[in-house]
Amino acid sequence: MSHMSTTSSNGTRAAQIEQSGIVGGIANWADDRLGIGSLAKKNLRKVFPDHWSFMLGEIALWSFVVLLLTGVFLSLWFQPSMVETVYNGSYDRLRGIDMSAAYASTLHISFDVRAGLLMRQMHHWAAMIFIAAMLIHLARVFLTGAFRKPRELNWMIGGVLLLLGILEGFAGYSLPDDLLSGTGLRIADGLIKATPVVGSYMSFFLFGGEFPGNEIVSRLYIVHVLLIPGLLLALIGAHMLLLVYHKHTQWPGPGRTEKNVVGFPMLPVYAAKAGGFFFMVFGTIALMGGLLTINPIWLYGPYDPSKVTAGSQPDWYMGIAEGLLRIMPSNFETHIWGKTISWNVFLPGQVLPIVLWAIVIFYPFLEAWITGDKREHHLLQRPRNAPTRTGFMAAMMTVYGLLWAEGGNDIIAKVFHLNLNNITYFMRGAIFIGPVIAFIIAKRWCIALQRQDNEMLLHGYESGVILRDAQGGYTERHLPLSLDHAYTLTARERDTIYTSEPGTDLHGVANPRSRKERLRARLSRAWFGASVQKPTAEELEEAHHHADHVRELESDLAHPVAGKEFDDHNLRNTDDIPLRGH
Amino acid sequence: MRLLPRKLSGSLSARRRSRFAAPVVLLLGLLVSGGAYAAFAPAQADQQSSDASLVAQGRQLFLVGCASCHGQHGEGVVTERGNNYGPPLVGVGAAAVDFQVGTGRMPMEEPGTQALEKAPVYNPKEIEALGAYVASLGPGPAVPTKADYNYKQGDVVKGGQFFLTNCTACHNFAGSGGALPHGRFAPSLRGVSPKHIYEALITGPQQMPVFADTTLSPQAKRDIIAYLKKSEAAPSYGGFSLGALGPVSEGLYAWIAGIGFLVLIAIWIASGTASVKNKKKAQTHE
Amino acid sequence: MSDTHDLVVPEAQEPIPDPGLPEHEERLTDAYPAQARRAERQVATLFGLSMLFAVLFCVSYFVFDIGRHPTKFLGLGASNVFLGLCLGLALLCIGFGAIHWARKLMTDHEIVEYRHPASSSEEDRVESLAAFQQGVEESGIGRRPLIRNTLIGALGMLGLPAIVALRDLGPLPGDKLWHTVWRRGMRVVNDVDGTLIKPSDMVVGQLVNAEPELFFETDANGQPKVEGTELLQEKAKAAVILVRMDPADITPGPGKANWGINGILCYSKICTHVGCPISLWEQQTHHLLCPCHQSTFDLADNGKVVFGPAARPLPQLPIMTDSEGYIVAQSDFKQPVGPSFWERG
Repeated sequence: MSHMSTTSSNGTRAAQIEQSGIVGGIANWADDRLGIGSLAKKNLRKVFPDHWSFMLGEIALWSFVVLLLTGVFLSLWFQPSMVETVYNGSYDRLRGIDMSAAYASTLHISFDVRAGLLMRQMHHWAAMIFIAAMLIHLARVFLTGAFRKPRELNWMIGGVLLLLGILEGFAGYSLPDDLLSGTGLRIADGLIKATPVVGSYMSFFLFGGEFPGNEIVSRLYIVHVLLIPGLLLALIGAHMLLLVYHKHTQWPGPGRTEKNVVGFPMLPVYAAKAGGFFFMVFGTIALMGGLLTINPIWLYGPYDPSKVTAGSQPDWYMGIAEGLLRIMPSNFETHIWGKTISWNVFLPGQVLPIVLWAIVIFYPFLEAWITGDKREHHLLQRPRNAPTRTGFMAAMMTVYGLLWAEGGNDIIAKVFHLNLNNITYFMRGAIFIGPVIAFIIAKRWCIALQRQDNEMLLHGYESGVILRDAQGGYTERHLPLSLDHAYTLTARERDTIYTSEPGTDLHGVANPRSRKERLRARLSRAWFGASVQKPTAEELEEAHHHADHVRELESDLAHPVAGKEFDDHNLRNTDDIPLRGH
Repeated sequence: MRLLPRKLSGSLSARRRSRFAAPVVLLLGLLVSGGAYAAFAPAQADQQSSDASLVAQGRQLFLVGCASCHGQHGEGVVTERGNNYGPPLVGVGAAAVDFQVGTGRMPMEEPGTQALEKAPVYNPKEIEALGAYVASLGPGPAVPTKADYNYKQGDVVKGGQFFLTNCTACHNFAGSGGALPHGRFAPSLRGVSPKHIYEALITGPQQMPVFADTTLSPQAKRDIIAYLKKSEAAPSYGGFSLGALGPVSEGLYAWIAGIGFLVLIAIWIASGTASVKNKKKAQTHE
Repeated sequence: MSDTHDLVVPEAQEPIPDPGLPEHEERLTDAYPAQARRAERQVATLFGLSMLFAVLFCVSYFVFDIGRHPTKFLGLGASNVFLGLCLGLALLCIGFGAIHWARKLMTDHEIVEYRHPASSSEEDRVESLAAFQQGVEESGIGRRPLIRNTLIGALGMLGLPAIVALRDLGPLPGDKLWHTVWRRGMRVVNDVDGTLIKPSDMVVGQLVNAEPELFFETDANGQPKVEGTELLQEKAKAAVILVRMDPADITPGPGKANWGINGILCYSKICTHVGCPISLWEQQTHHLLCPCHQSTFDLADNGKVVFGPAARPLPQLPIMTDSEGYIVAQSDFKQPVGPSFWERG
């Protein structure tokens, strides 16, 4: 038998640790007071499955730690104050200029504190990577169906973390009070003023008077260093606790089921891998901080509401909001009863971002309602095995990507010598057409891949060996998959389309819920209808019979071809089969 | 926040109170430009027989290289739709010629939305002759002298403020350039010679507005050039500049360099390592 | 096979039964002590290199100057580049070492942990619900609606102090958004240096980024009349651009025929979209482009929006010349400048 006969389960060797010695002594001392023994017993050898895509969230976690470390360093010098001061530091191109203490202290950190510029740039790069990592982690969780029961709440926590991270980033890059951050705040002020009824009041309250006022930096500072980081820490804690409680999802495969989790223990393998990854993230950010300039605030100068620079963009994660603003058509404003509603600002600046975010965080419930699936899931789905979901993600990513690109349309026009206006005209159409095309392509692509999987299960994979028969015709020899591979391909559930109960009951009384139910059934059919189901045991059996028949015919050939010795179409592991190229 | 320290703006307001400042500057400018040729190129002047022959030489060059678009006498050519095929050159002055031809923008390789910079087609003497001819069509800004754009006397701090007020909206905070409507663009200012920057300011080439000496003083122009040249000479404090295009290119690097590299690391961490079985197999099949 | 088979739940119609966990494959480092020793040396070397880079970080900290005369390295700031390189490499070496150690030398037997449903047992549920019911019963909240309702009211009412206490975050808008400092007779001067401007100073195609003269005036004590926060607040509304076009190109709107001087027009510099200052003027097309969101205004046609998200034309400031021939405002703007707001109408 080629499969292992025993597996060391969790914690079987724990009892052998010596109770004496220094480690034992400390452990006993702590356990007497904290009772951490039982906690440690459960978690020290906790199992984490090994897959690269499971480490994307870790990038976010570790860059958050880097943000905390570098942020504390910066706060030792940064002055969150808009008090006016005359700059007299080392940077000669601004010496003698009046500016806020916030900007002057940022210049001080950049030019008169050794490693200060490094820490500033690391902090900024870490923020960019923090949010990017959250986003790709989100994409992974989405595409593999890891948000399904029981993990919906953790998905929502993740959604809140993403939003908080973006707000935290915005608050952070607004602090230096340079021209770019001031321009960003000016735009934020415009967005707030566009709020119906209370807009101008909100603006005056936020800025402590008329824009720009002298309060906003100190207010954003406390939001940036206390309020949001506190929430982030708490929610990251909850996110991790739920991860530990639910145990990590895993890919299906031999021996990997809904009832277990297979992988490496926390101590030592994951401690070393995750700990090592922390240093990798930290080191990468340090290299970027050292080699790549980010936000050279000294070039922007202090904020002045009459100055502006080409390329006034927010950081990348605000790019879609920027794109939404830019894509709006002209003259989209309502004047009614002596009041103004600025749809051109209110919609893209406030309504649509919240709508997009709400779609994301409530998605698990939407999908569960459509599919009617209320079971727990711990095995991941390959994106191809959920074609509609994958198509939906492709559509959402297309919307995101188009808006993101539109947010940088001037830079794209400049770098690629394109027509700025045409980019915007194109985007106005593409934002509606693009997602539909992306949905159809992605969904069809998934279905094609499902068919290919079935094809491989039934007829083996294409070996690249070409046979010529007696009539001179050519065929390609197919070789069977390994047993493990074949099992992995079939280790997925069959989709069940939700069917509604009849609209009227036996007595002809209309079912009050029937309209909703029928909609649900229709959606469910659209959701699963086109998906390809895995072959049944009979289909597989029949295909193998057919293969045996072909083999018999071929056995008449005078010259056996290479690889013929494996033509019995019995499932075996890939490793037992010498492939071409050796 | 005031743009200039009190002391500085104080002295400025004292100076601008003088009603004669503008006329004096204007007069000086005229004098300087009028006398520039004699004062700064005496050797060349000796070799040229006279101004008149320079104009004549320029006219010959003009007829060959420029007249097809700008008209036989620089009056411009108008298309059927009423647009300028080549704009009239009466009154644009020698400075415009020196900028357009000296940076290779003119003659244009092909009609397009914007004349592009390239290696100059004419040599300095020919450019001078062309300038003399165009200047003879009507009064316009003369080619600035070395003293005009001697930025060594410029004030980089003030120059930075003028730059951020007047230039960055199109040319960006680091002079990297930026996009304009309909495929046009503001070019990068890095590596542009002080003379050409000065000429662009006083002539307003293509879509660029004019920043005449009357409102942006010659000293302010020297300050701007001084700021730009100082910025070019200063080290890039924080490492490579990533094109100095602002947050868009920074975002690109965060994704490609940052996330890209870290995902590769994640793939490496989770990948299998060389096993005995694979190695044996590889050996037996080699 | 005993252990693993218990984990598998074979479904009747599954086409292929679960073959169970694959056999553990021995790594080269498990089989050959020399390979293991080599990996050990590699890990130790990486950790050693990390120490070296940590020391080099400290050396760089003291060797390379920052401040007024920064050390240059290939055109870059040497201090930042070397500090970043050394710190980054010191950290990366630890990371590489630790992961290499885990992959090559730590035991790589996969182990299995069993899952349990996220929910608690039915028994626990019943018990906890019962405990909750008991608590509610004993409190009597269900039987005494008066207490319940007043408590809800009291807690709800606490929201009011929380909101009211924030009232002093800022003053009310009043009419601040409706007015700027522009007055009849106030001179339009060049930004930054305050140069006065006469119509004759401007040629066709010229752009002046301008401000009201008030920002450059000082009181009897030599103090600026407007400074600090107030200056910024006023500047955020009063900044203007002055442009000169060929009068033949201009089509003044109704009542605006005498708002300019021979083709010289003055417009608000503050975008009507979300308030960025705009000075990106194309002198040939007369279009003004906002670098923030590309709203484009035609200055030859009353600041009309020709492209981009802005909804309202750019407000124009009527100008004239004063007795000394300088360009001055005829009045304040006739409408609020900058982004729209609800009360604007």
